[in-house]
Amino acid sequence: MGKVFAFHGGVHPPENKKQSSRTPIARAPLPPLLYLPLQQHIGLAANPVVEVGERVLKGQLIAEPVGRISASLHAPTSGVVRAIGPHPVPHASGLESDCITLETDGEDEWIEHRGLADYTRLKPAALIEHIRRCGIAGMGGAGFPTDVKLHLGEDHIVNTLIINAAECEPYITADDMLMRERAAEILSGIRIISHLLRPSHIMIGIEDNKPQAIHALQQVLTGCELNIDIRVVPTKYPSGGERQLIQLLTGLEVPSGHIPADIGIVCQNVGTAAAIHRAVHLGEPLISRIVTVTGDAVAQPQNFDALIGTPFADLLAAARLHQERLSRLLMGGPMMGVAVAHEQIPVIKTTNCILAASEQEMPLPPAEQPCIRCAMCEQVCPATLLPQQLYWFAKGREFDKARHHNLFDCIECGACAYVCPSHIPLVQYYRFAKSEIRTEEAEQRKADHARRRFEARQARLERERAEKEARRKARAEEAALAQQARRSSDGEEPKSGAAPAATAAPDLKQLKTAAAVARTKLKKARDGLKNAQEKKLDGIDALQATVTELEQKSQAAQRALEAAEQAEAASAGEKGVDLKQLKIDAAMARATVTKLERALANTEDEQGRRELEAELVAARNQSDTLQQRLREHSSA
Amino acid sequence: MSLIRVSSPHLHKGNSVAKVMRLVMLAMLPGIVAMTLFFGWGTLIQIVWAALLALGFEAAILKLRQRPVLCSLKDGSALVSALLLAVAIPPFAPWWLTLVGIFVAIVLSKHLYGGLGQNPFNPAMVAYALLLISFPVEMTRWTSPFVLSEGEGWQVAPFLDTVKAIFTASDTRWYDSFTGATPLDALRHRGGLTTEEVWRQSAVLSQGIGAWHAVSAAWLMGGIFLLYRKVITWHAPAAMLLALGLCASMFFGFDPDNYADPFFHLSTGATMLAAFFIITDPVSSATGNRGRVVFGAGIGVLIFIIRTWGNYPDGVAFAVLLLNLAAPFIDIYTQPRSYGHRSARRGGGNP
Repeated sequence: MGKVFAFHGGVHPPENKKQSSRTPIARAPLPPLLYLPLQQHIGLAANPVVEVGERVLKGQLIAEPVGRISASLHAPTSGVVRAIGPHPVPHASGLESDCITLETDGEDEWIEHRGLADYTRLKPAALIEHIRRCGIAGMGGAGFPTDVKLHLGEDHIVNTLIINAAECEPYITADDMLMRERAAEILSGIRIISHLLRPSHIMIGIEDNKPQAIHALQQVLTGCELNIDIRVVPTKYPSGGERQLIQLLTGLEVPSGHIPADIGIVCQNVGTAAAIHRAVHLGEPLISRIVTVTGDAVAQPQNFDALIGTPFADLLAAARLHQERLSRLLMGGPMMGVAVAHEQIPVIKTTNCILAASEQEMPLPPAEQPCIRCAMCEQVCPATLLPQQLYWFAKGREFDKARHHNLFDCIECGACAYVCPSHIPLVQYYRFAKSEIRTEEAEQRKADHARRRFEARQARLERERAEKEARRKARAEEAALAQQARRSSDGEEPKSGAAPAATAAPDLKQLKTAAAVARTKLKKARDGLKNAQEKKLDGIDALQATVTELEQKSQAAQRALEAAEQAEAASAGEKGVDLKQLKIDAAMARATVTKLERALANTEDEQGRRELEAELVAARNQSDTLQQRLREHSSA
Repeated sequence: MSLIRVSSPHLHKGNSVAKVMRLVMLAMLPGIVAMTLFFGWGTLIQIVWAALLALGFEAAILKLRQRPVLCSLKDGSALVSALLLAVAIPPFAPWWLTLVGIFVAIVLSKHLYGGLGQNPFNPAMVAYALLLISFPVEMTRWTSPFVLSEGEGWQVAPFLDTVKAIFTASDTRWYDSFTGATPLDALRHRGGLTTEEVWRQSAVLSQGIGAWHAVSAAWLMGGIFLLYRKVITWHAPAAMLLALGLCASMFFGFDPDNYADPFFHLSTGATMLAAFFIITDPVSSATGNRGRVVFGAGIGVLIFIIRTWGNYPDGVAFAVLLLNLAAPFIDIYTQPRSYGHRSARRGGGNP
């Protein structure tokens, strides 16, 4: 036997398990009507595949799973479907939910079914699909579809498989009796789970108040090839909580907001293991389970192997209910069980106990008194929360603070309310706070969604407007370009040349003035220098330098003026020349050339000829230039 | 037939506020007996008087606040406050002192804040501090312990004389003969003497100290009973005693002439009463285990500081009130590490 760790807190309510574990598991009588809720598991409700009035056989599929997390439903016995519609179900809300009502015919006639010959040869996916088809959902209480958990081996490394046999809730002995009587089935189921998950280590966690069950398990485990440890944990509520049992057996904590598989652990209930065995080896879907019927209001508390869908009333009758004693009817144990409104509520896949309590056994709670902050709740909280702080926050609707104090790590085990000296229904406050927060979040999500949609729409409208604008601009530009092209083809270039002329004009003026000023200064300086030289005054060198400097400046100014004048002339030529003037100039140049040619022909003088030739070359050049410009202009 | 439909859990341990309070009162019994033995009938008379006043005031204020009177009276919280104040004030204190004290405790510091569970300060300590500041003479006139003297047996002031002394208050000379300083007083007002000289000189210290030790031991017994019955947790008392002991050891170790030894600090004055009955008041203390350690340690240090350098001989009331102020803050910063979390959370979660 391996080491057992501890978890924080916990309580020791009276066990009350002896009453129902004295007699062996009895077969429950076949009730005339079975009510089969379409939702007995976590996830989406199953979808009925039978019609009202249809005869179904035992084990026949009557509702199929919808989506990944869902479970199928089978007829627990042969009979006729009488109705598909709302019927009271075991739920805290007390609301009705869709059920298939099956009128049993007493024949108990099986549909053809066969176990798998050798599951080890099947592909894991095929084996899991078979288990899924058999409608198995966690039988410990939560009812999580088992096939989903068996898939965990694919994307998680599962080191440890924990079989939950703790059964920490008072009164309940269903798992205890199952282990005592059907330990071999459980082992067979464990073998299948182990085949699928391939854990290196398997542990069965069981409380030390079930010595007979421990003995039975030990017997079937002798000679077992699997690496299975039975870990006996001290009896303390809630050691059977998944996270608490993991802490007890491994010392590890499942990180908040994660599942056990994230730390390489998968938990399965003993009842689930037995159901997997029946599904795989016998081909029987999950159509019955062991239910503890106990409490002071029944004369013969015991365990029944009851068909799913059996109304509580039939089981209570079988356990000899004293109607007058009954004051509170629970599905589940006294710590986390749900109080149901009446006895026609059916057994579902997660119904481990029907507790018919008398007034003395579970009296009405006294009036809630003020919290005296004694923190007894903190001492017993298995999640190491601060229950009374959470209570104050829930009461004051300070949900942010409640979340900050890890409200969502509360497992609603009820240990805090159990010890509260002020009789405050603490768990109820936490449920309230959680549901308020969830509602708020859902609304927030909706609002966010709406906001995102609105923003997306705004963005789209904006984008469309921008695109329209761009298109409009592009069209306008095109039109402008076309207009411009038309204008320039008319030979009018209003812009070109005008701007340079405008800027050149003041420059020329200024440069003229500057050159004149420079010349005057230079003259004055030269006069001064001459004067100084004549009279042999001091500072001749300085005056000489000034003169030199002024000479340079004057020259620079003169050069700038000339350059500007040339530019002006060029631009003026470019601007001002109209074709007429140009033509006249060209004609004159040509005339000059002709004149010079004639003069050259007539001249005998050597010197004169050379001079005329030079003039002629210049005149020809001039004429050529003008001709060129004339061509350019007329072509433009 | 209609079935009861309430939410889980459907079982209850059967604990109640009244049971808790009854256990606290039961645990005070040894201390009360010891005080009666060493300081005379005064303690018992004060307890009865204070209890009557507390019930009266509680009933009146509940009626005024239009709350169910009988239901709240039965929870016993007023009685516990009365008992704590009654054992804290001098046994021969005049009747009106108790009356003022209980009025302050029940009406001002409890119900004006919203009643049971809502008071930020320990009612008995508010009352004690107010009386100490307002009536220092009456509040510091303690009786010297009655001790066994040879041949005469217990010399206890007669019952009727004690009643007269408390309720008529005409003749203070009668009990002046046996009032005296408490050990803490003696040490506080020792002049320039070293602690050792005080011990030798003062008859109160050398003879009466045993009585104080015995009373402290009685409170400790009650405290252990409460721990055993899980009415209180060890965190606050242990932290307080340890902090006080450590402070005292440190200073005594450095300078034994000027500072009292740790045993003296732990076994005189209201140390044990405070550790197990006053700072464990759940309403006004820090609530978490870690928080209670901080809370208790803070009180221990403050008691030492006030006793050693303060103006009052015993600092329990002031230390408790100061830490009461800090309790909500301590709670916010000493949250435990919850299951599945890497580290403990801090702060209140407000943006």
